[in-house]
Amino acid sequence: MLLVDWLYVGVFAVVGLIMAALPLALVWALAPRASLPQKQMTYESGVVPFGQAWAQFNVRYYLFGLVFVIFDVEVIYLYPWAIVFRTYGGWAFVVMLIFVGILLLGLAHAWRKGALEWT
Amino acid sequence: MGELAAFIILSAITLVSAAVVVTSGNIVRSGLSLVPTLLGVAGLYVLLQAEFVAGIQVLIYVGAITVLILFVIMLTQGGTGVRVRQTTGQLPAGMLTSAVLAALLIAVFRGTVWPSLAGTLPQYTAGPIGATFLTSAILVFLVASFVLLVALMGAIIIARRER
Amino acid sequence: MVNWPLEILKAVGLAAGIFTFLAVVAAMFGVLLERKIGGWIQSRLGPKHVGPQGLLQTLADTIKLLQKEHIAPRAADAAVFNTAPLVVAVAGLMSWIVIPFGTLGERVLVVRDLNIGVVFFAAMSSITVLGILAGGWASNNKYALLGGLRSASQMISYELPLAMALIAVALEAGTLSTVGIVKAQEGWFGSFAFRQFPAMVIFLVAATAEVNRVPFDLPEAESELVAGYFSEYTGMRFALFQLGEYAEMFAMAAMATTLFLGGWKGPVLPPLVWFLLKMYLIVFLFMWVRWTYPRYRLDQLLNLSWKVLLPAGLVWIMITGYRMAF
Repeated sequence: MLLVDWLYVGVFAVVGLIMAALPLALVWALAPRASLPQKQMTYESGVVPFGQAWAQFNVRYYLFGLVFVIFDVEVIYLYPWAIVFRTYGGWAFVVMLIFVGILLLGLAHAWRKGALEWT
Repeated sequence: MGELAAFIILSAITLVSAAVVVTSGNIVRSGLSLVPTLLGVAGLYVLLQAEFVAGIQVLIYVGAITVLILFVIMLTQGGTGVRVRQTTGQLPAGMLTSAVLAALLIAVFRGTVWPSLAGTLPQYTAGPIGATFLTSAILVFLVASFVLLVALMGAIIIARRER
Repeated sequence: MVNWPLEILKAVGLAAGIFTFLAVVAAMFGVLLERKIGGWIQSRLGPKHVGPQGLLQTLADTIKLLQKEHIAPRAADAAVFNTAPLVVAVAGLMSWIVIPFGTLGERVLVVRDLNIGVVFFAAMSSITVLGILAGGWASNNKYALLGGLRSASQMISYELPLAMALIAVALEAGTLSTVGIVKAQEGWFGSFAFRQFPAMVIFLVAATAEVNRVPFDLPEAESELVAGYFSEYTGMRFALFQLGEYAEMFAMAAMATTLFLGGWKGPVLPPLVWFLLKMYLIVFLFMWVRWTYPRYRLDQLLNLSWKVLLPAGLVWIMITGYRMAF
């Protein structure tokens, strides 16, 4: 039964959250609390931190993120294809050859243009 | 009963976190609040017996798009750690518009006679989707790969210009 | 008709049971195992003093961590900072829903044999990324943020080869259900470790990177980033990150067992024992690699994923498809 399956998933999420929060409650009860301004300082190898960590970050992460999203979308097309493959045999193979071929082309293009370089 | 309760809980999760997305003063928090919103929507898909779509929802929207959104925010100068106002002076007008839209949609939904189809839902949703890809939706399937290729090229062009 | 209250009760029991199993066997015993194996490989003793042969070392560590003060930096985003470890721990737990442990008579011991089993598994491991990224950002610490970003870019890069391996196996088995995949592997040579050997290699490499282990441990590279995304975490919140990480590592090992080593199948010994043996074999492999290899550089790491594993995975899927079709 489908909904029962997912009931378990939901219950796991809730129980997991509760059980993960339980030790935090124990900490709240057991652990000492002695707050000092120095203690709450951001750790920066022992020196007084300068500036904010929340600054601008490198554009390269974004590029990999973009390429990832595209290939991730491709991957989800492959899942349903994989499980009905037997039924369609050679036909499914030809179709997927075209599909994956186009994406390999895309990967090759990205590779040649240096989008996969971490420079 | 169980389904109704699940629907209410999931809708509440979706709506509350969606409200945080549009009201939070911190954009990273807004981005992170998208996660429960999208997970709630995935839960609603499950209620509609579309578990494969729900899986995709989590895999693509939560696991990929939200990460990308967070990357973009962290890349923007002053994107994080600053407080931004998410509303302008047009707040009342916007609220009025959405209220009217909501009323209109509710009216339309109530007025429509929904056709009820006989038959049972397939037990296994991913299989029929794959079968459709290889038969009636074959063109869509192959065009999708071209769309992805074009998207990839676009991404590379954007990134090269930024560098 | 479904007896909803009974099902909910069963689900709560199972969830609590598996969570405890993960906390004790995966995290506590796993840490001990890691230190013992590390000691063995490096010709030293490892933990030895607490309990017989140091068996209670991690238990003592856990009790110690429970008594540690929770320190959050003033500059941190408190709400996100406190939620992030929970997300990682819960995502680690959720992966276990689809893992089949063994059989009891005719029944398969699995929490739920979801139709979309392996997709669900991939989805849960992709949620971990967000917990780590959120934790790294919320700390408002340069090391943590850098570690979080590195971790996120690494994990998303290796999610693709991981998915390729999953798809190749699903293709061979003709199903996405984990139980179905185990059932598709008949006998010793029927296990996908042979027929899907390249997929297994891709899966194991990608899994190592997904759980941020050596040689892919850049996100928490202690020699450059202090402790990466959990630099600012203290006490139990730090332990939750560890728990999530070990739960995820054991889940990856269990998944590798399911996909390639025939899951619970094996002669003489009971199925559950076989499953655990195979899982610990993979866990041992992860630990062996950890104590043997140096760390990759970020560019090498991304190259390995995008230029080696991803094309190899795509080509392997095509080869598998060709074999299945003709």
